[in-house]
Amino acid sequence: MFEQLANVLIYQIGGLSPSSPLGASLHFFVMDTAKIFVMLIIIIYIMGLFRTLLSPEKVREYIRGRSKALARTLAIILGAVTPFCSCSSVPLFIGFVEAGIPLGVTFSFLIASPMINEVAVVLLLGILGWKLTLLYVIAGLTVAYIGGVAMERFHPEKWVEPYVWKIQMGQIVQPAVDTSLRGRHEFAKSEVQDIVRRIWLWVLIGVGVGAMFHGYFPESWIESLSDKDNLLAVPMAVILGVPLYSNAVGVIPLAEAMLIKGVAIGTTLALMMSIAAISLPELLILRKVIRLPGLLLFVSILTVSIISVGWAFNFLGGYL
Amino acid sequence: MINIKVLGSGCSNCKTTYARIEKAAQDKKVEITLEKIEDMAQIMSYGIMSTPGVVIDGEVVHAGGIPDQKKIEAWF
Repeated sequence: MFEQLANVLIYQIGGLSPSSPLGASLHFFVMDTAKIFVMLIIIIYIMGLFRTLLSPEKVREYIRGRSKALARTLAIILGAVTPFCSCSSVPLFIGFVEAGIPLGVTFSFLIASPMINEVAVVLLLGILGWKLTLLYVIAGLTVAYIGGVAMERFHPEKWVEPYVWKIQMGQIVQPAVDTSLRGRHEFAKSEVQDIVRRIWLWVLIGVGVGAMFHGYFPESWIESLSDKDNLLAVPMAVILGVPLYSNAVGVIPLAEAMLIKGVAIGTTLALMMSIAAISLPELLILRKVIRLPGLLLFVSILTVSIISVGWAFNFLGGYL
Repeated sequence: MINIKVLGSGCSNCKTTYARIEKAAQDKKVEITLEKIEDMAQIMSYGIMSTPGVVIDGEVVHAGGIPDQKKIEAWF
């Protein structure tokens, strides 16, 4: 459906040839923009109907007092499915600390949350297929698990701003919400507006970069990234991704274009993860609760884990 | 006079929430005192972990995300 739309717009009305770089780029851009926005609206709306199932407050209750391994597993899974805006990272961090949840577990949650979310997963399914979606989710969960365990080894408590330990939380309150069908519809509608307003630009940038990649990047340039035996490809992709920041959703079209061009799976996954998981705005927010050395360590650990997972997938790529 | 507090660490969602409440009160000609609470210890003392939060006369009525117009008007 979206392909036909792009065919008509670009090749028939626009008169561009599918073999020209401009035609190929614009075709990709139109097709992906239409596809992504339609899917986004449907997914967010449906998720909005099922609100109140999960919130950071509830996650905290599920995790607190559990054994470390169970707590971490829960934190990662719940982190992946719980919607929370990165501006809530600080209260969330303090809330977890206050509940006595180990810092390593909290870090696992903070890594999993931006990398994997329901919107990204459904888009991945629609655009890249179930196999890659599954790989991305497994890769993300693995990085979150390893990352949290590794942070713990360094006793990150010493980098937590002292005021955090002193905060006393009040009784947890959950404001009552309207659970009638009408109330749910209204909420879902406002969620769609809210999220689309927040991420539309990232999506356009992501599709735009993907489209350029699709039409203009010469094969030879990509060869260095696409050779799965080239061990440097993964670290290169990750280092490229660290300063780039996008919502997990905006990364998907770029990944799509890379895969079409023959970049190895592990390299693509590594770039996606580093763009989604490590972002300057998020770090600046976390700086309010963790001192600089702790943050630098956090970034280094994430980088190393993402590179390792990328290598593993490239290595396994032949068998998948 | 209704006392409304917006709890949030100064992110864009919190600012939008503040502005929306301010505007809704003007439109409806409701007299309110609107405060911004940015101190983390105070925010947490209300028992919320998602911001922005909204407190009316000491009671938390909203946590996480921007409240929509209808919800805001229902508070007045």
